Amino acid sequence: MTATEYKAGSNLEKILREGKFAVTGECGPPKSTDVTVIEEKAKILTGYVDAVNITDNQTAVVRVCSMASAYTAQQNGLEAIMQMTCRDRNRLAMQADIMGASTLGIKNVLCLTGDHMSFGNHPEAKGVHDLDAINLIKMYKDMRDEKKFQCGEEMPLGPPLFIGCAENPFADPFELRALRLKKKIEAGADFIQTQCIFNVPKFKKWMEEVRALGLHKEIKILAGITPLKGVGGARYMQKFVPGIDVPQDIVDRMAACEKGAPSQAEGKKIAVEMIKEFAEIEGVAGVHIMAIEWEIAVPEIVEAAGLMPRPAVV
Amino acid sequence: MITAERKPLDEILELVGDKKKVLVAGCDTCVAICLTGGEKEAEILASELRILAEKDGRAIEVEHTAAIRQCEWEYLDMIAEKVEAADVVLSMACGIGIQSLAEKFAPQLVMPAVNTNMLGMPQEHAVWLERCVACGECRIGLTGGICPVVRCSKSLMNGPCGGSHDGLCEVTGPEKEEIECAWALIWERLKAQGREELMFTERPPKNWSKSSSGGPRKMVREEAKPV
Repeated sequence: MTATEYKAGSNLEKILREGKFAVTGECGPPKSTDVTVIEEKAKILTGYVDAVNITDNQTAVVRVCSMASAYTAQQNGLEAIMQMTCRDRNRLAMQADIMGASTLGIKNVLCLTGDHMSFGNHPEAKGVHDLDAINLIKMYKDMRDEKKFQCGEEMPLGPPLFIGCAENPFADPFELRALRLKKKIEAGADFIQTQCIFNVPKFKKWMEEVRALGLHKEIKILAGITPLKGVGGARYMQKFVPGIDVPQDIVDRMAACEKGAPSQAEGKKIAVEMIKEFAEIEGVAGVHIMAIEWEIAVPEIVEAAGLMPRPAVV
Repeated sequence: MITAERKPLDEILELVGDKKKVLVAGCDTCVAICLTGGEKEAEILASELRILAEKDGRAIEVEHTAAIRQCEWEYLDMIAEKVEAADVVLSMACGIGIQSLAEKFAPQLVMPAVNTNMLGMPQEHAVWLERCVACGECRIGLTGGICPVVRCSKSLMNGPCGGSHDGLCEVTGPEKEEIECAWALIWERLKAQGREELMFTERPPKNWSKSSSGGPRKMVREEAKPV
């Protein structure tokens, strides 16, 4: 495989293209200009994940922008997947930012609609939503492949991008979920990271639908994992986070453990079990580990799941 | 129809300031139907202002009136005398009516006594639901007659986001009320119509230049102009 055949030539793209089981992580930029936060998180994850998602004002809370944080991660040796939401930018800004990111060496992008403003710390903000995530995927694909802006104007050099999207197998209407992934593939998505999975049977059912449509052959699917730190978090997600499906047996397992280290060990154990189970599912190309403000748990989980050392690709 | 809600009394008092002759001007069209700013509501507000002034020992003269429609010049002529005699007019019409009044009688001081909030449908008695944002490019023919621009909290054009659950949106309204997921409704409607395939056709970016993003809009019907 020569470099020119890659869409972006990112580490993540190469690993997935070679059919190796990929591991991505997640880093939330800080709510201050303290650059060391990203540097520290990058140090923890480097070598244990193939690329790291840099969130974009996640949960609609203002943080250091994903482009600057993605650049910092890469300067510290960790490849970034820059998240881009439709909530905060119109099509001009989303095109300008992706070209800017590209000039800084960022090659992976995750196209998202974005959490609604009402969940965040600026609920009075005006939501942009000029495009939706599917429009955004298509726009970036056209910039990359057709060297065209959304308006149709041509550019001499487009951004080399490995384009990602998200999908939530646990949202309703369930019957639409695999078909919605198909729509994202048709728009131009190269990889997908799922919402964090706790309900494994339901995820398997979704994967059955995905395979029935042949989608696993057209897109690289990374299964989302969030290691639980304690029963409190599990219960909170079960009750209050829309679109996250935490079955009672997971809550019970966490509840059976003492707070602190035993609970954390159980959370990591569940994550490892899930990774091993997902690796056996036809069509799952990797895992996306979202250890929210618990990056330190990732190396141990990746190691215990038998995913070390991470493949080196040229 | 256009709906509006009355502003809090404190805010109205602030708008009146130290003016002595106040006219509360209702409008007997949309805002009357939504029980906010018709002649009856104008009369109530005028009474409230008088009672408060008396309680506080302020000398104030408050009158009320209503136009059949504040958004049309000819109906404004009918209330001209009262408007011109006032120090300040508190309009209870929608934003269109308020501005028509302010423009017609400029530089008369015209203040809004209501917040115009939506183009709503009366769902049941005393309940209105937003149904249109006048985006200038109606596509509901493709979405089973349900508008995703206004009824999806993120104005998505290509199907439900990951926050749709049990037919509900992940967002709750200002009073914590549940919001139906527009795309769940659209999907059910399209299925009932046997037009499911419309769900899977990619919809291109919307042309927002036809909405207020394109600047203030103007409509001219040449054929209807007087010769």
